[in-house]
Amino acid sequence: MGGSDDSVKSKRIVFVTVGTTCFDSLVRAVDTQEVREALFKKGYTDLVIQMGRGSYIPTKSTGEDGSLSVDYFTFSSSIAEYLKSASLVISHAGSGSIFETLRLKKPVIVVVNEDLMDNHQSELAEELAERNHLFCARPQTLYQTISGMDLGSLVAYQPGDATPVANFINRFLGFNDE
Amino acid sequence: MDNVYSCFFSDMGFLNVAISLIIGISTLIMIRIFYVIYWSSKPRYSKPPGPLTTLIVLGSGGHTAEMLNLLAVMQMDRFKPRYYIAAATDDMSLQKARVLEDSLIKKAEVEVVGTSHFLQIYRSREVGQSYVTSVGTTLIALTHALWLMIKIRPQVILCNGPGTCIPLCVIAFFFKVLGIRWSSIFYVESIARVRRLSLSGLLLYKLRMVDQLFVQWPQLKSKYPRANYVGRLM
Repeated sequence: MGGSDDSVKSKRIVFVTVGTTCFDSLVRAVDTQEVREALFKKGYTDLVIQMGRGSYIPTKSTGEDGSLSVDYFTFSSSIAEYLKSASLVISHAGSGSIFETLRLKKPVIVVVNEDLMDNHQSELAEELAERNHLFCARPQTLYQTISGMDLGSLVAYQPGDATPVANFINRFLGFNDE
Repeated sequence: MDNVYSCFFSDMGFLNVAISLIIGISTLIMIRIFYVIYWSSKPRYSKPPGPLTTLIVLGSGGHTAEMLNLLAVMQMDRFKPRYYIAAATDDMSLQKARVLEDSLIKKAEVEVVGTSHFLQIYRSREVGQSYVTSVGTTLIALTHALWLMIKIRPQVILCNGPGTCIPLCVIAFFFKVLGIRWSSIFYVESIARVRRLSLSGLLLYKLRMVDQLFVQWPQLKSKYPRANYVGRLM
């Protein structure tokens, strides 16, 4: 990562993150020829994969041959910088990751890990997708989602507010406010 | 031996007394439990109480982020001393809580120094642990939870999801029944729960051990009428 301002400006980076999980099926799907080509066709220049605890190693590429440049790493102390410089985020369905990305107002494709035992994560991703805040996909449908996505259809997510809960608790306990 | 007494203390008589005692005590306990459940759902104090001892149960990852989000908008001079509890294997949560408390000290509007404490509790069960060994670890966790609850005796309990909160809430409920300490228990269901409650939330809701349950999505409000829909916290 890094590089001068000029080169960052002309780059359109796709950042893939699996958080602290192992999500080989996503990394594999992103590493396929068809997904790489679909991303390239959509105008993205770089693919950066944060692979977490996964065991599948993607193939690096410099992109000199007129295709997507691909790089990867396992963990970072703060993926916020990577999220900020991304033009598209492809994320696992952890709520923390989802909301961190939505807060930065980045277009995001949330991919649900079907190998997880108790998959309540899909509920959140599906609900937010229904409200047009993000795209939801499975590793097998990632290619279709990328080819068919219309970033203009996304609606910004308005940050939530914890004050109603605090007010309720205060009233319940007898604390008066004004 | 007097005839009256030998009749009274005959096996049948003694059994009757014992049974009557058991039925009597059980009835009293049942009445007390219904009383506790009924009054738990009602507003606690009629006039503003002084600062309340508060127990905050932290869980891994997203759970902690949501809890800290809530704490950031609560008046800390009303909730002190604050005891943060996280699972022994969770390093990040207490660290994040300390950061929040430090930022409160910086704000320095209220007397917050020395009013927060950070504790760890043994987990009932680790992810993937065999159910056989889980029985033993759950007993250890329960004993540890009891020890902590006796020490802290909170008046307010805030939790939002992880299994760590269940032993603490169950013990808090029994403290209420036995008159040891009345805790107002608030449970905020995670934002990730859209259509179904988590196991912790469901248990506390069904057993009526939570005073107020908060949900962040309208679908849960329709499914669980006693829950409070408060919109998204994040």
